[in-house]
Amino acid sequence: MSAVIEEHHDHHDHKPTGLTRWLFTTNHKDIGTLYLWFSFAMFVIGGLFAMVIRLELFQPGLQFVEPEFFNQMTTLHGLVMVFGAVMPATVGLANWMIPIMIGAPDMALPRMNNWSFWILPFAFTLLLSSLFMEGGAPNFGWTFYAPLSTTFGPPSTDFFIFGVHLMGISSIMGSINVIVTVFNMRAPGMTLMKMPMFVWTWLITAFLLIMVMPVLAGAVTMMLTDRHFGTSFFDAAGGGDPVMFQHIFWFFGHPEVYIMILPAFGIASQIIPTFSRKPLFGYASMVYATAAIALLSFVVWAHHMFTVGMPLAGELFFMFATLLIAVPTGVKVFNWVATMWKGSITFETPMLYALAFVILFTIGGFSGVMLAMTPVDFQYHDTYFVVAHFHYVLFPGAIFGTMAAVYYWLPKWTGNLYNERWAKIQFWLQIFFVNLTFFPMHFSGLAGMPRRIPDYNLAFADFNMISSIGAFGLALTQIIFIAVVIGCIRGKRKATAQVWEGAQGLEWTLPSPAPYHSFTTPPKVD
Amino acid sequence: MSEHNPNSYYVPASSRWPFIGAIGLFVTVYGAANFIQQSTDAVANDGQYGAWIMFAGIAILIWQMFSWWRDVIRESMGGLYSPQMDRSFRFGMMWFITSEVMFFAAFFGALFYARVLAIEWLGGGSNNAMTHDLLWPDFIPEWPLERTPDGTTTNAMPAWGIPLINTAILLTSSWTLTLAHHALKDGHRSKLNGWLAVTVLLGAIFLGFQGYEYYHAYVDMGLTMGSGIYGSTFFLLTGFHGMHVTIGTIFLAILLVRTLKGHFTAENHFAFEAGAWYWHFVDVVWLFLFVFVYLL
Repeated sequence: MSAVIEEHHDHHDHKPTGLTRWLFTTNHKDIGTLYLWFSFAMFVIGGLFAMVIRLELFQPGLQFVEPEFFNQMTTLHGLVMVFGAVMPATVGLANWMIPIMIGAPDMALPRMNNWSFWILPFAFTLLLSSLFMEGGAPNFGWTFYAPLSTTFGPPSTDFFIFGVHLMGISSIMGSINVIVTVFNMRAPGMTLMKMPMFVWTWLITAFLLIMVMPVLAGAVTMMLTDRHFGTSFFDAAGGGDPVMFQHIFWFFGHPEVYIMILPAFGIASQIIPTFSRKPLFGYASMVYATAAIALLSFVVWAHHMFTVGMPLAGELFFMFATLLIAVPTGVKVFNWVATMWKGSITFETPMLYALAFVILFTIGGFSGVMLAMTPVDFQYHDTYFVVAHFHYVLFPGAIFGTMAAVYYWLPKWTGNLYNERWAKIQFWLQIFFVNLTFFPMHFSGLAGMPRRIPDYNLAFADFNMISSIGAFGLALTQIIFIAVVIGCIRGKRKATAQVWEGAQGLEWTLPSPAPYHSFTTPPKVD
Repeated sequence: MSEHNPNSYYVPASSRWPFIGAIGLFVTVYGAANFIQQSTDAVANDGQYGAWIMFAGIAILIWQMFSWWRDVIRESMGGLYSPQMDRSFRFGMMWFITSEVMFFAAFFGALFYARVLAIEWLGGGSNNAMTHDLLWPDFIPEWPLERTPDGTTTNAMPAWGIPLINTAILLTSSWTLTLAHHALKDGHRSKLNGWLAVTVLLGAIFLGFQGYEYYHAYVDMGLTMGSGIYGSTFFLLTGFHGMHVTIGTIFLAILLVRTLKGHFTAENHFAFEAGAWYWHFVDVVWLFLFVFVYLL
């Protein structure tokens, strides 16, 4: 046994090098870094798919791609962005920051942590390889409704199904790790109600993941058996119901949207107090609001399905339950604004992103309230208005949140300051282009342009051209983003331990860059 | 033997097994997707390699799990683990079982939806009068659904035969496992080995009965996965449960090998408790199955 112990101590004190450092790592910072780079790679790939979509929609008529391929692009864009870009990005942030923020040495289950990460590149290899298969990639939209995905799905659908299984396994293990870390690894004195909001929001996110990812696994499993083993889950002729697929999918799908946004809520709740130089307003109400949003997210799923012909009682229940979510969300927005009230605010890039997040996410929230109203939704359903709505909560919501976090913590990760000037240029360009891309979609949607089509009525031509120009610009601003990040990694200007004047919390007590092993003995928290 | 300071944190050494596990999962599912396409006729995929790739992947996974847990067992027996680590493992197992509960919830949800809503609606219930009158006017809503809208007929599995016996077997096995657990805590090693062995045996008998039940369903009763929604929910629910019993039985068998080797102490036996929790979870799922799939 002593050999094992010596080997163990050996690894404990030195930073391993080379490729095996990354393949076999148990270090939360290494794994967080892997997640973040993976996420960015997927962001680029999913973004290229979006460029194909916007290129085809630049003008009415079919110019560049076949409708069949267009459908594959909308499907893969959604899947890659949701499961490959947004979710791994927030998991990467959780890995990097949660142990540091709660005074832990690492995640609670470091080896499983590594397993969760390394499943992802394989899962996306499986998913993206479907592009090169006979019959093409999945073409039924990221929601993969039956029977499009069962009776009419291309052969690659089976590879997609198993890809989703792998992503689910990865997410479940990742979220188990977060929950166990938060419950078991907090430094003495770090009570639950003293935890930073980012940790709270991630704890609740992890709970949501554990509850819904297995349901997604069940849904794709039923798809698989419907496709190949003669079952009739989603086939009315056998006594099943294709609408049942939508219920099961959205039971996963609705909490999933909170899985993507809650960590961004947490990030905004870290950044706004720092740059307002005031503690977060209404901390406890923030925690309860987040928990309320998470619990409500389990009983609102059918608001995605108002037009499928549900009984009236169902339509009413899901409408009112959905509208209820606006209350805790309003609490959060109010608290962010109240945090800034009479604060000594400065506008460094993370703060700019956090402010843009609050404002633009609220726009997405408002269009969400519109969509939640059943009779109105009959008009909006499956139009570009929906596309505008969820891109407002995802891009300026989840992705701006992630970018805010990257700028906020990059000095802590690398030990260097990033170039504030270029970061601000990137911010302003990005906020211009994000609105140029997605705001016109509200109008084309209200005018009746359906989503997921490669060609459209001439009446929508101007709005689509504006959206496309915005999208190309938005893609270009990502080049500046990555240049600023790489510039910071290679940077010369050293950051202090606290980095930001108003920053509070354990992560700022560690030197910048944070040492390979954060806390070898528990820090004291009062 | 360890210089481990209980006040400092423990971070496990890096390990190659997680990465190998990721490869194993990938090879398994890549093979499985090909194997399923090649062995069914819904999709044109000619070839025979799918099964071999899948089995290769499973072999990698078995090797990976064996090696990973061997490392963990050595570290645990070497006294490297603190009470905090032990709690991490416990919490981890509890949340893993929670995720398993939700996996079954998806299939129970499908069952309830079909029984309560889909079939009634196919029979013209709620706002679906036209569905019934125009598409399948002869369809009679009932459960168990022995005649589907498109006319496929089957026979429902009665509850009072093998299912009842299997219920008794699983309940007994939960009890014998608890006896083994008490024996472990009291330090009665031979009783521990005995009751654990009985539990493993009961698990295997359960699986044998279930295999026979499936054979009987397919050959004598015309109840298959293709028998409409009744067959779909029946085989997916009992099938995934059976898979979990299989995993649980293997889990307990490995624990038996370990107790025979003298592993575990009265105070320190997380793996045993994890296996016991898993087994009880499988047992509870069965009770729901017995009530909602067979009985009602």
